[in-house]
Amino acid sequence: MTTTSDKSRLIDDMKMQSGQDPAECYQCAKCSAACPVTAAMDLLPHQVIRYLQMGLEEDLLKSKTPWICASCFTCAARCPRDLDLARIMEGIRLSLLRRREGNKFGPADLTPEQLEKLPQQALVSGFRKYNK
Amino acid sequence: MRYRYFPGCTLKGQAKSMEDTTMAAATALGIELVELDEWQCCGAVYPLYEDELISLLSPVRTLAAAEGEPLVSLCAACHHVLKRSQELMQRSEDARKKVTDFLEVDYSGEGRVLHFLEVLRDDLGFDKLAEMIKKPLEGRKIAAYYGCLLLRPSKVMQFDDPENPTIMEDLIKALGAEVVKSPYRTECCGAYLSVTEEGVARDTVARILDSARKSGAEAIITACPLCRYNLENCADEDGREPIKVYYFSELLAEAMGLQFKQLMSAALERRHSSYDDHKR
Repeated sequence: MTTTSDKSRLIDDMKMQSGQDPAECYQCAKCSAACPVTAAMDLLPHQVIRYLQMGLEEDLLKSKTPWICASCFTCAARCPRDLDLARIMEGIRLSLLRRREGNKFGPADLTPEQLEKLPQQALVSGFRKYNK
Repeated sequence: MRYRYFPGCTLKGQAKSMEDTTMAAATALGIELVELDEWQCCGAVYPLYEDELISLLSPVRTLAAAEGEPLVSLCAACHHVLKRSQELMQRSEDARKKVTDFLEVDYSGEGRVLHFLEVLRDDLGFDKLAEMIKKPLEGRKIAAYYGCLLLRPSKVMQFDDPENPTIMEDLIKALGAEVVKSPYRTECCGAYLSVTEEGVARDTVARILDSARKSGAEAIITACPLCRYNLENCADEDGREPIKVYYFSELLAEAMGLQFKQLMSAALERRHSSYDDHKR
């Protein structure tokens, strides 16, 4: 459950821990043009920032988008305002993971074939990104 | 030229061939890579929230273990994590103090943190490398695939131009092969989404491979085990000739004329010495 105080903390936490202020964004959407995985997202990257600007945190916590973001940093490389959207996405993921509400993926979800073939790097990074 | 070497988990597992070929090539080039004792996994992803200090313990322990000597890794993810952890240690006195106090190590943020490709470019030099090539890869059409982690964020990684890098093309040239430039060479392969959202990785991989194929490449080189896995395992070839994916070091060893025997003896020697270390 997300309480009101948790919700209002999301933006404050994010400004402090990611050093990113969503108010800086002027919605040019270059991030969304650059992102290679928008097809699977329910909110486009620039819309995530817009939602933050409008305080729609509850919708963001339900969105699929932060879990599709692969932290490839292309959005940040192209942003004319020098915002690091990858850090913002991490903030949304962490705000769920740290409350242990949203573990998305763990060792039990892997098939024996995956365990045999996947590089160790894939397992470690997947567990780090989707689990606490 | 002497460097401390951090292998990382995958280089001892699925990406063993990247380590074996690099070691054989480095020996032949007079580059000494001394493996760190008792190293541990770097964590594979750099924590993007600055209070996630626990994820920095392992990379900072590694940085400190290099004792100020240049630290080299081969895996793009390891290099990314080590380089960004070093940058944070240099930038944030508070983070550095907390992490080094916890680890009980001295680390001031010093030392060069390098990917092996940077050693070839900046310390050895591609011109010198070209002179040492015994079996140039003449007529082979090779495309470089950089992916994300070596290039971005460019202010921290300082690896190459993030939008128009040349280091891998310069390597391909030095090996005597024909450089094929493909527009999607700096796009993300989908990373660990191949584990959780395979369909997404299939889309990203299809774009990268189609782009390389249209540009006329017969093979792709990469420095990232996860990129290689995705390019090989999330590809839908529809009966077409698959594009081969190599670690950059595999083509390097081939062009240097290193035979299977030399590769294996370099590998065995290292296994024996790490076994001896273990016994001590």
